[in-house]
Amino acid sequence: MAATNEHTVLQFVTPSSTASTTTQVLTARIHPLVIFNVCDCFVRRPDSAERVIGTLLGSILPDGTVDIRNSYAVPHNESSDQVAVDIDYHHNMLASHLKVNPKEVIVGWYSTGSGVNGGSALIHDFFAREATNPIHLTVDTGFTNGEGTIKAYVSSNLSLGDRQLAAQFQEIPVDLRMVEAERVGYDVLKATAVDKLPNDMEGMELTMERLLTLINDVYKYVDSVVEGKTSPDNNIGRFIAEAVASLPKLPPQVFDNLVNDSLQDQLLLLYLSSITRTQLSLAEKLNTAAQML
Amino acid sequence: MAKSCKGLAEELVKCLSESMCVKDEKRSIRDCAGEKSPCIPSECVGLRETYFNCKRGQLKEALSHRFSLSLAHLRRRQRHTTSRRVSRRRISIPSPQKLSSMATMARSFLQAISKDEAVAPPLRVVQIEGLAVLKIIKHCKEFAPTLVTGQLLGLDVGSVLEVTNCFPFPVRDDDEEIEADGANYQLEMMRCLREVNVDNNTVGWYQSTVLGSYQTVELIETFMNYQENIKRCVCIIYDPSKADLGVLALKALKLSDSFMELYRAGNFTGEKLREKNFSWMDIFEEIPIKVSNSALVSAFMTELETDAPVSQGDYDRLQSSTTPFLENNMEFLIKCMDDLSMEQQKFQYYYRNLSRQQAQRQAWLQKRRTENMARRSAGEEPLPEEDPSNPIFKPIPEPSRLESFLITNQVSNFCGQINGVAGQNFSRLYLTKALHEN
Repeated sequence: MAATNEHTVLQFVTPSSTASTTTQVLTARIHPLVIFNVCDCFVRRPDSAERVIGTLLGSILPDGTVDIRNSYAVPHNESSDQVAVDIDYHHNMLASHLKVNPKEVIVGWYSTGSGVNGGSALIHDFFAREATNPIHLTVDTGFTNGEGTIKAYVSSNLSLGDRQLAAQFQEIPVDLRMVEAERVGYDVLKATAVDKLPNDMEGMELTMERLLTLINDVYKYVDSVVEGKTSPDNNIGRFIAEAVASLPKLPPQVFDNLVNDSLQDQLLLLYLSSITRTQLSLAEKLNTAAQML
Repeated sequence: MAKSCKGLAEELVKCLSESMCVKDEKRSIRDCAGEKSPCIPSECVGLRETYFNCKRGQLKEALSHRFSLSLAHLRRRQRHTTSRRVSRRRISIPSPQKLSSMATMARSFLQAISKDEAVAPPLRVVQIEGLAVLKIIKHCKEFAPTLVTGQLLGLDVGSVLEVTNCFPFPVRDDDEEIEADGANYQLEMMRCLREVNVDNNTVGWYQSTVLGSYQTVELIETFMNYQENIKRCVCIIYDPSKADLGVLALKALKLSDSFMELYRAGNFTGEKLREKNFSWMDIFEEIPIKVSNSALVSAFMTELETDAPVSQGDYDRLQSSTTPFLENNMEFLIKCMDDLSMEQQKFQYYYRNLSRQQAQRQAWLQKRRTENMARRSAGEEPLPEEDPSNPIFKPIPEPSRLESFLITNQVSNFCGQINGVAGQNFSRLYLTKALHEN
């Protein structure tokens, strides 16, 4: 069983059946939920197992990219020469997941630990029967290279004539993507513990502070270029010029009017909501007031 | 399942009846059942524990079935809310009589046996894992604007409720025959998750909402259903529409204890509420949420997405067009105020009827009294001073205040949201002003 993984990723050309299809580069796009799932399953694995395997769910986008959206772990047993995967469990979970989201189908499988070994090839075979061209994802939870690496592979069969010689695992580029809503919670998800979720105003404060830092940085950079300390970089200069120019050029009067109008609208809304609140407390008093009979 | 526990029960009774406690001290078996050794031999204690666990297992099966039924009902209700108008039509819950009676039987026996159950400390914090948060976000967002629900799994530790995992419920389009399917799905999921060592304890459920209009009677009913079986459960509400504004709108709710007592009594009249000094704010209790992640996960995340000075969330927050959100909020607010005024009118009507009835009673009583005077002077039997068959003596039922409380809650929620967004807008406007001046 041969397995190759090189650092420069070779472009993998999907075999085209018709002459007109152009060569496509297969890439895998992963949602962070999958990584979270894999890590969680790894942490919860039974003590005897060295690694965890599971199924990847997702869809194949029209441009050929494989979008991996969800995953679940599958119990398995691995010894030096045998691999046993709990197929019933796998099918049950698949059925349950399909009930919720019928569009997410099997697109591959994952395993923790770096590298691809013989057992993986067998498991890959099994998954090849479940889905066309499955992706094999390795998530290196052991941080063997000093960093956590996530690699994805597709396998192609090397055959000589009619005989099957080996399966070659070829690496494909991986793209980590986050949907909008997940990005919002991102700060929260990155830390080991967050004491409370920031509410509206606190989030605003944070944003303002960050903006201020950014502006300060830019300021310092421009200053140092003017004084000759750092060499000017034309690209950065252009970016800054663009940013400054993108402020809308309105005559001050018009701008003031605009701002004041918006301010008044907001004040009106605040006033309305305070009135409503007062109304509510009044209504409550009336509701539970003593009946005068 | 019940058969195997019965065998254990018989053994326990036999052991207890031969123990010192019953024979010598002549106490009842039930009394002795709660004792510790050396009053009863250790084998009896062991048998008692085993019986305990057997009944617990039964309860778990019973309660998981019960949940699915009540949750199916919640999902049905949510289908009716696809329109923007939040409808509050009531649908009756199908009550599983057999299961509830079995559960209560088991529970009462357990309570009789175990005298040393500790009183749980009050719930202070809900700790969610990043994994559960991501799953909830993903599920709610994918199906927006349909409202979806799911189950929360985790552990109940002291004053912290930990939520470690969750799974979504499929959205149902049809009705009755899916009850069994839903229960099967739930049991299947829980069984599968247990095999991979995920905490198998149900600690509550989550649901998505639209602009924060989630206070309905169905929510309360589902809460009550859950509360009967688990000691502490929580409902997590997620609002996907606020993600556009750069806010992670996750809230953990619990019914307050005083409200639960009131609800069980089924009595929402003015008298009761005044006695307990209970206002609309006391129905729901919001619990602060903490998010925790395992070290492995945060290591991965930190590596994969390096700390950018500004994140996408910031971009969203700085964007100043919040008008659609505010407009929607105002619209909902107005509709809710309409509902509230309707409820108020009901009360007014009731009071008017009541006072009218009182006046009629007085008049009738007067008439009766004069009649009686006449009869007494004529030497006849006086007529009774009350006549239950007369419709003016029929007590008019007082309308329940629950609905108005819930509406009030919703309205205040909307107000709060508007306040928050308006505040943000102020900051943004001043920011643009400052930028422009420079």
